[in-house]
Amino acid sequence: MRTVLAAEAGDTTARNLTITLFLIFVAITLAITVWASRQTKTATDFYAGGRSFSGFQNGMAIGGDYMSAASFLGIAGLIALYGYDGFLYSIGFLVAWLVALLLVAELLRNSGRYTMADVLAFRMRQRPVRTAAAVSTITVSIFYLLAQMVGAGALVALLLGIRPGTTFLGMDADAAKIATIILVGALMIIYVTVGGMKGTTYVQIVKAFLLMGGAVIMTLLVLAKYKFNLSSLLGDAAASSGKGSNFLEPGLRYGVEVAGNATQTFYNKMDLLSLGIALVLGTAGLPHILIRFYTVPTAKAARKSVLWAIGIIGTFYLLTLALGFGAAALVGGEAITAQDRAGNTAAPQLAQVLGVDFLGGDLGGATLLAVIAAVAFATILAVVAGLTLASSSSLAHDFYANVLKDGTASERQEVNVARISALVIGAISIALSIFAQNLNVAFLVALAFAVAASGNLPAILYSLFWKRFNTSGAVWAIYGGLLAAVVLVFFSPVVSGAPTAMFPDHDWQWFPLSNPGLISIPFGFLCGWIGTVISKERDEEKYAELEVRALTGAGAH
Amino acid sequence: MSTDTPAPAASTPDRYLAVQRSDEFAGLRRALRGFVFPMTVAFFLWYALYVILSAYARDFMGTKLVGNINVALVFGLLQFVSTFLIAWLYSRHAERKIDPVADRIRAEIGEVTHEDGPRG
Repeated sequence: MRTVLAAEAGDTTARNLTITLFLIFVAITLAITVWASRQTKTATDFYAGGRSFSGFQNGMAIGGDYMSAASFLGIAGLIALYGYDGFLYSIGFLVAWLVALLLVAELLRNSGRYTMADVLAFRMRQRPVRTAAAVSTITVSIFYLLAQMVGAGALVALLLGIRPGTTFLGMDADAAKIATIILVGALMIIYVTVGGMKGTTYVQIVKAFLLMGGAVIMTLLVLAKYKFNLSSLLGDAAASSGKGSNFLEPGLRYGVEVAGNATQTFYNKMDLLSLGIALVLGTAGLPHILIRFYTVPTAKAARKSVLWAIGIIGTFYLLTLALGFGAAALVGGEAITAQDRAGNTAAPQLAQVLGVDFLGGDLGGATLLAVIAAVAFATILAVVAGLTLASSSSLAHDFYANVLKDGTASERQEVNVARISALVIGAISIALSIFAQNLNVAFLVALAFAVAASGNLPAILYSLFWKRFNTSGAVWAIYGGLLAAVVLVFFSPVVSGAPTAMFPDHDWQWFPLSNPGLISIPFGFLCGWIGTVISKERDEEKYAELEVRALTGAGAH
Repeated sequence: MSTDTPAPAASTPDRYLAVQRSDEFAGLRRALRGFVFPMTVAFFLWYALYVILSAYARDFMGTKLVGNINVALVFGLLQFVSTFLIAWLYSRHAERKIDPVADRIRAEIGEVTHEDGPRG
């Protein structure tokens, strides 16, 4: 079958080309990083890129930060295998940006400085709130990092065509996975420690252009193949999926109806609602997204960045629709699952088919495959760098400078600690990813969204809009939402008690939903409210200052 | 220093309190909240409707409109349209109703207190 990826037929062209393109990307981004390091002198440079980016640049960087391998390869694969439900997933990721635009971006930009906690702790007692925010930031970021890095490891073996039994540079599939995880980890540590926010931002901007370029080219080729007739593309996709018109309707992946099992059907549908709410409310609570708003000079520029981000992210998800259905139609579900059961290789496989058709034979196929595979690696690198930066900033600025040192650390010390933190967090992530490399950790992205929506978002919204909110409320909201999400997932079918679980051979599952959001998000908001009303603390003067500064930009950093 | 300049606003916190209680600031708050709160409720319900229909009204969502294009696909695409539309409406509203007032108040505050943000 011609759709089986590269190495099968001893086709080393694609592999060599992928590696070459990837090395070019790494060389360019490292050069940018070194250049950025020369421009990075103050703490504001390191944490916020000197607040010197334009709305457009930051919008692209947000796109580069947000569109992870989970959304590029993951959603294209989801659509290719389950049809409509993959599209449903991407809609939540897009609509979520309205929360950021309407309620968070500008107010956060005006009242904060480097981290999410700057806003939460503005009118609160610093230590407890910053500690909670740092715990939550690091938890969310590490969950997300693990999913990306383990994904990168699995992907490299697939994209380079290293199968069990074959070797590459003397490495078998497992060794290649570990080598990839270490390489990705080492690069992200370098981007962050050397280039700080400036370096990371440019890496994300370059990646956003590459990703959009790759997606646009493939979409045009798919549409050209169907003479720009969407209906016949859909018809073909449905036909080759083997699932008929069900493929174009919701229900194959989420909210599955189990015949004769009303309870399971009910849970599955609740799970779909739960996923939907976490996707739409999670984005505006993700620390690596929030710190991007500090890289622009004003609230107006922050608004412009979100507008650009909505434009680019929305366009991208529309393109994945064509990529996913294109892969279903042109590659076929069977060939995709033969390569990767989760469908993560659908987009690269589609690239190969399109290359063969449009660019002339196997060489064309190998070329386009190599380009898309290299784009996928670039995608992963840009996202993990953003996550490492967010967590090391919080560790240094929130925990070290404001909790341990009580605000007495010098800028220089703080930035040094941030660099060391990036190294430590990077090393921990590498170690955890190697440990988890053969576990199914794809659920960690959804969990990161759930924690962000359950803990961070209530704290941020109450902080910005509720006068009465106080230290106790902030601490309750963050820990309450965080714990609820993590505990429920721990006892859910994604961790144990199901064949697809992280630990399929164990069973301590009692919570029936894979996504905790439906329970944990209201619980987080409730905790924030209870925590607030049981404490007498209130500071109207500080709230006046926060509100005036947030709304007008007076005294903004 | 001439003695007839108005007394500087006592301390910064008082100054912020005074601004927060001013009619102008109340207008700014109303312009912001009056737009973003209802809009948030609207898009959230609209999105929730979409997800709920996807879960519970599959026959309706599967209704074919033109060729293989069904209600589910159109509904999904409408979520994109509404997101782009709300983003555009907000940016227009902010430029017209929020930015000018915010700029004015910020300038007034700037006359009394200068960049003095507490360590954040």
